[in-house]
Amino acid sequence: MKKQDVVITGIGLVSSLGEGADLHWETLSRPGAKPVLDEAGFAPFPVHPLPALSLDKQIPKKGDQRQMEPWQRLGTYAAGLAIDQAGARDLVSDMHLIVAAGGGERDVAVDEAVATAFCTTPPDEAGPLLNEKLGTELRPTLFLAQLSNLLAGNISIVHGVTGSSRTFMGEESAAADAVRIAAARLAEGRGGIALVGGAYASQRWDLELLYGSGGALWRGAFAPVSARGEAGGFVGGALGAFLVLETAEHAAQRGATALAKLSGVATDTAHMRPDASAAAAAALWQKLGAPSDSLGVLSGMTGVAEARAAEDAFLAGLGAAAVRRTGSLIGHGIEATFPANVALGALALSRGGFYPAMDPADTGEGAVDRILVTGFGQWRGEALALLERVA
Amino acid sequence: MKDHLGRPLVAVTGIGIVTPLGWGREESWAALKAGTSGISRIRRFPVDKLRTTIAGTVELPEEAAGGPVVSAAARVERMAEAAVTEALAQAKLGDDGAFPGPLMLGMPPVEMEWPQRFELARQANGSGAYPAITERALGRRDIYETFLFGGVGERLAARFGTTGAPIALTTACATGASAIQMAVEAIQRGESDAAIALGTDGSVQPEAVIRFSLLSALTARNADPEKASRPFEKARDGFVMSEGAAALILESLEHATARGAEVLGIIAGCGERADSFHRTRSNPDGSAIIGAMRNAIADAGLSPEDIGYVNAHGTSTPENDKMETLGMRAVFGEAPPPISSNKSMIGHTLSAAGALEAAFSLLTIRDQVLPPTINHDEPDPTIALDVVPNVARPVEGLRHVLSNSFGFGGQNVCLVVSAAPGA
Repeated sequence: MKKQDVVITGIGLVSSLGEGADLHWETLSRPGAKPVLDEAGFAPFPVHPLPALSLDKQIPKKGDQRQMEPWQRLGTYAAGLAIDQAGARDLVSDMHLIVAAGGGERDVAVDEAVATAFCTTPPDEAGPLLNEKLGTELRPTLFLAQLSNLLAGNISIVHGVTGSSRTFMGEESAAADAVRIAAARLAEGRGGIALVGGAYASQRWDLELLYGSGGALWRGAFAPVSARGEAGGFVGGALGAFLVLETAEHAAQRGATALAKLSGVATDTAHMRPDASAAAAAALWQKLGAPSDSLGVLSGMTGVAEARAAEDAFLAGLGAAAVRRTGSLIGHGIEATFPANVALGALALSRGGFYPAMDPADTGEGAVDRILVTGFGQWRGEALALLERVA
Repeated sequence: MKDHLGRPLVAVTGIGIVTPLGWGREESWAALKAGTSGISRIRRFPVDKLRTTIAGTVELPEEAAGGPVVSAAARVERMAEAAVTEALAQAKLGDDGAFPGPLMLGMPPVEMEWPQRFELARQANGSGAYPAITERALGRRDIYETFLFGGVGERLAARFGTTGAPIALTTACATGASAIQMAVEAIQRGESDAAIALGTDGSVQPEAVIRFSLLSALTARNADPEKASRPFEKARDGFVMSEGAAALILESLEHATARGAEVLGIIAGCGERADSFHRTRSNPDGSAIIGAMRNAIADAGLSPEDIGYVNAHGTSTPENDKMETLGMRAVFGEAPPPISSNKSMIGHTLSAAGALEAAFSLLTIRDQVLPPTINHDEPDPTIALDVVPNVARPVEGLRHVLSNSFGFGGQNVCLVVSAAPGA
């Protein structure tokens, strides 16, 4: 079966810098962009906060907004931006959907009160007390806001996307595989149009607890990803990123503008860092089979030390590519980072330019004809995507 | 070796099963055929003050021996490992720790639970405040690697040596079926000759039980646990949470035949359709579940009359069973095939259900016996279906089974499971 070309016709992007393709291009295509930071709210961990959103523009029903917490709202909002840019509102009923999801918000106040109240209670007494407390304190709707697959569910409900719905879990890797599988299904003729992406709400203590337990969070004053030393760590960034993918034929038939061609996505997990991880990524690069001249790299480098070491080794083998570490300006958004960088890549190719340095270690200049997106997961997983200018 | 669309036919060569009825395929299946309930009073944690105090549970050997209760994340992983090990032993494919294909893992979202929170709060001098317990948790790689969503898949992929990145996925109650669909697609597109598809769930812990209770999804027939799950029956009033895992070893029929493997059946078709109606309810017109059923049958190149039996989603909630009946009538007309619900015996195994029910569908074809829907005391007059009430039924010539999975959030997946060609 002949594989069909897959193009990107819509991007929906929300970061701490703001929302939309135009804003991100205007901000990031000029030198001197500065990250937006909240260094106090989750101290000692800095975060890039969520920007103010006019939710009504993408989630018109207040009832829908109330059924969600910030994570699902952010993702549903960004998904709507992507559908709008693709001009695909009338195609949603047959649009396929893959979301890369983490867990939704917990009730922080209940968690803190219960843990404080019962942590020293003998287990046989704590059990009944816990049951009673949770049974009266937990809001029923919060379960739905917490369920990972309900970001996809809300995108179906709010935007009417019903071709199919899948939710991948597994941090950075889940996002890369979501893009890979969405593109592969289109390429082999399973539908003409798909929506794929993820979201990360950075201002959440429950996530600081999880990622902090692995030493994956950067502590103290903000520093760019390349300058986080041996301790390393990521700075969480609010990020909602969705892509509308189409077969080139489907896009052409309806007169949609292709922003870029998604020429390939390749993923693996090496189970070991840093050397095996760098080697796995190098093998993925070979598999993509692209020339390395006129290459721009949008790196999803997290700042976590071992992942950074693996990626630095991989990047050193790429030659004279122009490397941009987007995490130094928009932070790390776990399941949203890979689609966000694919979106930024498509944006640059569609505008005929590239981005100036985003991090002190960023090197290379010059015309860019193709863009490689990297995704080394904070713990595990190697992923690459190749974008090319539409012919 | 190819299907009606020119794609490689996808064979099943290994099946592994863990349910509340037993750790093992044949043990679970024999109990299911005998109409045995695996539902019991929850003994894992205190149930005082809970509205629902029953479930199907799978205890790990060390728990059964009196050891501490493990987290859902750990239980999910252990049951998955057992199911894959059993399936691989049957398929005899690949060297130990070197499986020649990817892992598609259907599992629930996992997260830190109350025992971990209490422990951290104690270490933080009695403060459960997030900043305090986060500080205490720093450097606890055990917590991090256990509760990362990618953790279970990473360890299973390393243990079984599957190729590429494992894909963990959730489509709520359709998860297990989605995992099989993902594996089938990977083989159809030639990404691999083989794959492991897995559904696993072990969510019976206090907060999860309470959360489902608060959604009014669970039955509270606590007095007689074995009678609580009553799919399609008049007095049904909610589902029973349960646990388990099923693994299928899938490979292209060509690959399986070339190596002389015994072909247990074919995953002939996969269909899906999302619903945009409501977070916990289907559109009253049934369009999404009807679409998923029809898509699966069409994907298999079959007509509705080719389907000899339906393995129901059949949760025992008033709503699901009503909607599934509507779907059956819409797809099959006035003479729908028999339909029965494994959940009447093992409860709703959530993320594992789609995989377990596909596995049982294969065994249904192998043994030519329809497992019953137990607890069928009084028919619901609005459900005019042959639900194989109470007692298993021998059949002849059954070749194609439709297995339904419908999820919260509107994610619906149906599979057509067929006999091996020429069998």
